[in-house]
Amino acid sequence: MNVTITVNGEQRVADVAASESLLNVLRDDLDLPGTKDACEQGECGSCTVILDGEAVCSCLVMAADAEGSEVTTVEGMGEEGHLHPVQEAMLAEGAVQCGFCTPGFVVAGAHLLETNPHPSELEIREALSGNICRCTGYGAILRAFETLSEEGT
Amino acid sequence: MTTPTRTHVTGGIGTSVRRPDGVPKVTGNFAYASDLHSKDMLWGATLRSPHAHARLISLDTGPALAMTGVRAVLTQDDVPGLPLFGQEEQDQPVLCDGVARYWGEPVAIVAADDEETAQRAAASIIAEWEPLAPLDDPEKAADDGSLFRELKIRRGDKEAAGTVVVEGVYETASQDQAPLGTEAGFAIPDGSGGLDLYVTSQWVHVDHRQIIACLDMEPDQIRCHPAGIGGAFGAREDISLHIHVAMLSLATGRPVKMEYDRSESFVGHVKRHPSKMWYRHEADADGNLVKVTARLLLDGGAYAHTSRAVLANAAFFTVGPYRCDNVVVDAQVVKTNNPPCGAMRGFGAVQACFGYESQMDRLAEELGVDPLDLRRQNAMRGGDPLATSGQVIDAPLPTVEVIDALEAIPLPEPLASDDPRLLPGGTGLTTPASKVVRGVGYAVGLKNVAFSEGFDDYAEARVVLTRAGVEVHTAAMEVGQGLVTVCQQIARTVLGIENVAVVWDDTSHIGSAGSTSASRQTQMTGGAVHAASVGLRDRILADFGGDELRNDGVYRAGERIATIDEICAEGPVEHLVRFRHPETHPPDENGQGDVHAGFVVAAHRAVVDVDPELGLVRVVRVDTAQDVGKALNPQAITGQLEGGIMQGVGLAVMEELVVDHGVIRNPTFTDYLIPTFLDAPAVETRIIEAPDPWGPFGAKGIGESPTISSTPAVVAAIRAATGKALTRAPVRPQDIVGI
Ligand code: FES
Ligand code: FES
Repeated sequence: MNVTITVNGEQRVADVAASESLLNVLRDDLDLPGTKDACEQGECGSCTVILDGEAVCSCLVMAADAEGSEVTTVEGMGEEGHLHPVQEAMLAEGAVQCGFCTPGFVVAGAHLLETNPHPSELEIREALSGNICRCTGYGAILRAFETLSEEGT
Repeated sequence: MTTPTRTHVTGGIGTSVRRPDGVPKVTGNFAYASDLHSKDMLWGATLRSPHAHARLISLDTGPALAMTGVRAVLTQDDVPGLPLFGQEEQDQPVLCDGVARYWGEPVAIVAADDEETAQRAAASIIAEWEPLAPLDDPEKAADDGSLFRELKIRRGDKEAAGTVVVEGVYETASQDQAPLGTEAGFAIPDGSGGLDLYVTSQWVHVDHRQIIACLDMEPDQIRCHPAGIGGAFGAREDISLHIHVAMLSLATGRPVKMEYDRSESFVGHVKRHPSKMWYRHEADADGNLVKVTARLLLDGGAYAHTSRAVLANAAFFTVGPYRCDNVVVDAQVVKTNNPPCGAMRGFGAVQACFGYESQMDRLAEELGVDPLDLRRQNAMRGGDPLATSGQVIDAPLPTVEVIDALEAIPLPEPLASDDPRLLPGGTGLTTPASKVVRGVGYAVGLKNVAFSEGFDDYAEARVVLTRAGVEVHTAAMEVGQGLVTVCQQIARTVLGIENVAVVWDDTSHIGSAGSTSASRQTQMTGGAVHAASVGLRDRILADFGGDELRNDGVYRAGERIATIDEICAEGPVEHLVRFRHPETHPPDENGQGDVHAGFVVAAHRAVVDVDPELGLVRVVRVDTAQDVGKALNPQAITGQLEGGIMQGVGLAVMEELVVDHGVIRNPTFTDYLIPTFLDAPAVETRIIEAPDPWGPFGAKGIGESPTISSTPAVVAAIRAATGKALTRAPVRPQDIVGI
């Protein structure tokens, strides 16, 4: 079946199977591989996208249910030369190692700051507790978001 | 492949310059192996054994072959060359050879037009099995003589005895590396019967050696390319789907992609060896260690992989960073029908450290002395013989300094808040803060750097000056740790030229860099880049009679005498180096000799809050001091220390691969728990610089130490809070409440 989704401001149409996740459609059909797949069970947050204003695990969303929705992926957050403040802060603090979790943190973190521009340490930890990072131990990620919180980006 | 590393960055060694691959990683543009694809590609899938031990009576691939869209179904009969692979010992069949020896062993592989068809086809293959009793008890395997390796260490006087004796039996569970990116590979036929292979790896050359043997091909027919990788921690050190994806591509003449989902990843790579350790420490009345006697038993699972080397590490670090003249160790790694084990960060040293540090605390208690004082008193320093092998390495070992630096970090305030996010168990907990007990624990750990026991360990790097800047060519895998940044920093510092790109070459264009493991790449590939840069610089200076190389040319007495274009007038100039560390040797029959190339020491202090009623633990802080030799990139070091601690905390309180009769019961992120942001303790780090004699600029490999002593520190803290013996990691709620 065809679904129409506005992805990063652009209307896209994909032919999807009934059982296909939004994650698969983004990665395989719409050529947006920045959103990562690490568990397909809603446990790791690597696949986080903004769906109609909410941060969701795209592996748990049926693509068919996204008909008519607006989706923002990491590819829509910023690009070289025009990085999103979250991307910039993560680079500055060394919060990127293998980088596999990074797209999820960029999207979930940007969403956090939109809803709460000055999160406390505990609010940062809680809001991002659905995103697993296996490399950094979260210290540098915390420092990146604490800086952003002070700046109130 | 040249991954995007040409972003302009500045900075030499000692500065926290940014990663050159950072921008593509934050924008989602970095190409991981799992992102590779082509229009005409096929998908591969694997049929696996449902039994931990069973005879394969018959295999009917007919139903899969009959499915529309299926292009190939291959079994062990289709392996063109050597039917076995393995890094140290070739003992694992590429596909089931008639007997499955572990749960999830690959039996047959399928290539089909799309992923779903490939998976359905693999599932449709009819395998008839005769289940056999699995050998799943490591102690029984040891009794039966089912061994990959046995190592005996005998040093000093076997009659020696101390007056104060503590004995203990300790266990550690199997841990999964759980890198966030799962195994993925992409094979592309080259049109002349060969292949280009892009697979998640820690060492493309050792993959290549095994792959060409199994495919019966010439070395230059298969090119293994370093591919983008989402973490490793040891999981990529051994072959997973490499040979399978290559076989499917050769059989179909089409590009083939394979990618494991999380559950398949859990069975598709080797684990940390579970261990059982019997320890006896004897000291004199003043607290000097007199003798350590230990038996170590590691479960290697069904196939050898790197078990032999893991056992050596466990055995040689049985005593840790302490002086002791009389040592008896009997170490065995057994072959069972449990999941195969191999490399994971810390590589044998993790298990031993849990044993010896638990013992040091018990000894301090028995002697009635401060546990840190006991450690300082017995600390091994540079120039002291390693207690087990007797080897003396002429290099500083700041054991006392790391303990002192750690102790000087202030302890946190007592728990004052009833905010459930700060309590053990988090928001689900009902216990008030007043019922929560705090504990503090310490541990110190020792690790070797690079390969040991006489292995011919080298790394090759080529440094090239072009008109556009410097290129560092290597096949060393960047797995997230930041080697790419360090290579740039080293080349930049030596050459005085800022514009440095790292180019990853495939196996046909450069020699091996060795494995990205054993804390070795900063010293080995870093050492190769350093030596190649020095060689290149000195040659250019000699050719032009200059005394300094800068961004814009060769200088003599402050005057430019040649531009970069002039240096490269006849094309790029380059220098290739194969770098080796000081020679090591196999141990003699008593486990004695110069087995290692270098040591690194670290110490950890954990602070925990425990709810003794429910057995829940919150790790409040883990602070650390570590010897890094020379800090090439302080920010990257902090990242390694913090990330490594988190994996140590995982093994201390939550990470355990539950294996029952050889079957993994928790192969998902829902059931195998990994520390989240809310579980993550605060970390304070202290970097100690005791220069290494052969590391570039004195740098030491640092990647594993953070994971080694953090686990026993956390368990010691829980013991302090609860008064329980807690001889097993991870500590489970039932161990604390005593059910
Ligand atoms: S892939 Fe969606 S949460 Fe892990
Ligand atoms: S940087 Fe590797 S998982 Fe976060």
